[in-house]
Formats: sequence, C-alpha cells, structure tokens
Amino acid sequence: MAKNIRIIPRLDIKGPNLVKGIHLEGLRVLGKPECFARYYYETGADELIYMDIVASLYERNSLHDIISRTAKEIFIPLTVGGGLRTIEDIREVLKAGADKVSLNTAAIKNPEIIEDAARKFGSSTIVVSIEAIRQPDGKYLAYTDNGREYTGIEVLSWAKQVEDLGAGELMITSIDREGTGTGYDIALTGMIANAVSIPVIACGGSGTSEHIAQVLSDGNADAAAVASILHYEFIMNNSVEIEAGNEGNVEFLRSRRGFSKIKPVNLREIKEYLYRNNFKCRYNAMTGETNG
Amino acid sequence: MDNPNDITVAIIDYETGNLFSVEHACEYVGLSAAITSDSTVIMDADAVILPGVGAFGGAMENLKRLDLEFPLKDFIATGKPFMGVCLGLQLLFSESEEFGRHKGLGIIEGAVVRFPAQTAVGGPVKVPHIGWNRIHKPSGKDWDNSPLRNLNEGEFMYFVHSYYPEPLSKDVILSITDYEGVQFCSSISQKNVFACQFHPEKSAKAGLEIYKQWAGLIKTRII
Repeated sequence: MAKNIRIIPRLDIKGPNLVKGIHLEGLRVLGKPECFARYYYETGADELIYMDIVASLYERNSLHDIISRTAKEIFIPLTVGGGLRTIEDIREVLKAGADKVSLNTAAIKNPEIIEDAARKFGSSTIVVSIEAIRQPDGKYLAYTDNGREYTGIEVLSWAKQVEDLGAGELMITSIDREGTGTGYDIALTGMIANAVSIPVIACGGSGTSEHIAQVLSDGNADAAAVASILHYEFIMNNSVEIEAGNEGNVEFLRSRRGFSKIKPVNLREIKEYLYRNNFKCRYNAMTGETNG
Repeated sequence: MDNPNDITVAIIDYETGNLFSVEHACEYVGLSAAITSDSTVIMDADAVILPGVGAFGGAMENLKRLDLEFPLKDFIATGKPFMGVCLGLQLLFSESEEFGRHKGLGIIEGAVVRFPAQTAVGGPVKVPHIGWNRIHKPSGKDWDNSPLRNLNEGEFMYFVHSYYPEPLSKDVILSITDYEGVQFCSSISQKNVFACQFHPEKSAKAGLEIYKQWAGLIKTRII
C-alpha cells in the first residue's frame, strides 16, 4: 500500500436533520448534522460528504446554511451533493463553502455538465456519484434519485465516460449494500477502480473496520465513505439533543437502541485498525493522533 | 495579540476555484481578508494570497484579462508577504506543460509538470493526487523562519493536483512530498514569497497553524 487512503464520513441530510436509512429508504432521524460533522473533524475525518437526499425530488439543494456554518469551523474538504442540476447550482454551493460537488442525476440526464463544470471549476472539484444495483444477471446498472429511478445504464462504461468527460473522482455506491452493514460490494468497487485512473470512493455497506480494510485492499478503492458505524458510535457515546420540533422518525433516537448488524466505531479506532494492518493513512502511530 | 485586524490580506479573485476556504482560514487566525481583483486594493494590502483550483492556461488567461498579471508582479517586488496556494503556487513558475505549454508569472524559475501515468515499476498511478500526504524537510533545510516553523517533520497536509512544480534552484524548496515514488517539491520559499502545493486551509489544525505563523511573519514585518 503505497498511497495514503482516506476515510470520509458521509452525512445524508433531510431538511435540518442527519438521517440514515437502509438502501437509502426508511429514514431514521439521527440529529443535527453540524454536531456530527464537528465530532468527525475532531476525531480525524479526512474529508466530509453532505448529501441532500430529498433534493432530487424537489430538484434543489437546500443545504446552503448548513454548508456555510460548517465551512467556517471545519477545515477539511467538504463535498456536497443532491439536487445539483446546473452550473449555477454548483456555483452556489461552492460559494456557500463546499470544496467539491457530487453529481449523479444531472450527470446522467446531461453528461455535458461534467465537462462544462470541470472546465469552469477544475476537474478536482467535480465528483461523479454512481449509484449501482446488481441485476439478476450479474450486471450492475446505474440508478438515480437514491436508487429509485432506473436508467438502464451499465456502470462500467458510464464510469469510463465520466472519466473522459473530466470528472476528478468517482463515488461508487452499492444501493444493495447501503445501510445494511454487511460490507462494501467489493466486486463492484474493484471492477471500476481497476478500470479508471481517477480516484474511487467506495460507498455503502460498512459495518466494521474490517469491511473498510477489505474494500481498500481487495476492492482497490482510494477512499471509503462511512456512515452508520460512525453515526451510531456518536449517538451511543455522546448526548444528542432531540428537539421536540424534529420532523421525521425520531423513535429510534429516543430509544437509543443500537443496530444489530453494525459495530459502532469512531474514526480513531478505524485509523488505528488500518494502520495496524499496514495501510497508510493520516494517523500518528506515536501519539494515536488523527487530527494533527 | 495586539490587534491582528490591522493586517489586511488581499485574496486574489480571478474567477477560479474556491476562495472562500482561504478567506475562512484568514478570518480564523485573525487576519482581515478581502477577496478582490482590484489592483489598488492589492497594492495597498499588507499581504496577498493567490489561491486557485483549476487549469493553468485558463487561470493565466484570467489573470491577463483582469489586468492582474502586473499588479501581482509589482506587489511581489515590494517585498511584502505573498502566499501562493495550489494553482497559485504553480502560476508563479516560468511555465507549465498542462494542456500544451503556457507561460506563468515567472517569479520562480522552473516548470510545472504532470505526474507520470505509471510508477517506476509499472504500476498504475491515480491522477489527480487527492488526499493527505506528508511534507518533509529537504536535507540541510530548516523551517525556522517560514510559516512551517511550528510543524513536525512529516506533518500531513491535504493535496489535490495533477501537476507539480520543478524549480530550477533547489534552494527555494521548503518541503518535499512523495507520491507513488515521485519526490516532488510541495512548498517553496523565495524571499517574501511562500507557496505551497497543498491546501493549508483544508489541512485541519496543522494547516491552520501555517496561516497563524504566516500571520505572525506579516506582523513582525509591518511593525
């Protein structure tokens, strides 16, 4: 392992709340995204991803306030996705304080936006997110709108096209694994990571540190996006305020139950595990420090 | 601290990249920052930051179109503190090979070149180089009077780039970083010019320490 790998907490946001579902459905409210983001920054997140997961339905990203509050106090790269349709939408979230944007639906409907955005904002600012579902015949097809909309597009050729159009990174999400805690889809990640020369972020399925190690080695991913295991660790070990006005399903939060499939861990524990298993990452072995 | 708000920093707006994170970092360490493309504001500032994300050729065209090329050169000639970040470092060089040859500002002698597609042993190299990587002191160099002075040798910084600088003179190299076997110059220091290929404003606490020390150096100079 010659390269430093990245661990990127992914925060799915609906209105004012951090939420988490399974297969991107059945959402539970987990709390205020900024509290989680601050904790992840302090414990050694390499970057952060904010996804406005209802934005596609309303065709607009509504995270501007949360982005600008985050950007003033968190000094690591922030990628924002969800509902970004036009160059102007991208400009707005960058102006609010995002460092990169993630495009899925817009890119599929109009691939030229990748080229256009890469030229205007730089390739490294444009992450293309591919949400894949494995078909009964073994093929992987790309979906949009959090796995709801079928496109019929085969993911490998789409990934190569996206690279040619000038995207700086790819985020590959397995909808099948998303939120299940059963591990990343190694075959999917590896198929794409070995076929493109831009970095690949694996997403969907991490339930343990071992899963993360596996997708970085066997799946050849350059970075791993992580959600549930970090969110549940934060909830279990910190007092998360539950606001009376919170819209959505807060029953889970009130009960403070765990989630059987996953082993909550924090970023320090993940980095320490990876370091001990010979991965290179932002981790100081002498001090155990993850945020130098 | 006395009143650090007395220090004004002009962040050059040449219609590229994300200027806001640089502005936030300046504010965080108590510098009064203005995002500007006005040559009068630039010349009056105590210090200037040239940020930048994007392609070299297009960025140089923007600097020319916005009449910023000569104000920047004039500012650097005053001896006041100047910081270049990422593309802002690359633009200081004589030329770049990004999408054909382009002339840069020519403040630092040397060229900006692309990472090879393969490692020395033939393995694939992911380009852009995105992520955290260590910065090292070149042998015989110390960081004492530079903005890196409070950092540990081998500190992690955040990088996003496909090209890297190759200065003609080794003397200007302040730090070295290894990516897939390529040892490249990751920051430079030449008189009043400090520039880094990494993004200190995206490098958590260690990165903010660079802004803090740079602010300290400006203050020493103007008092």
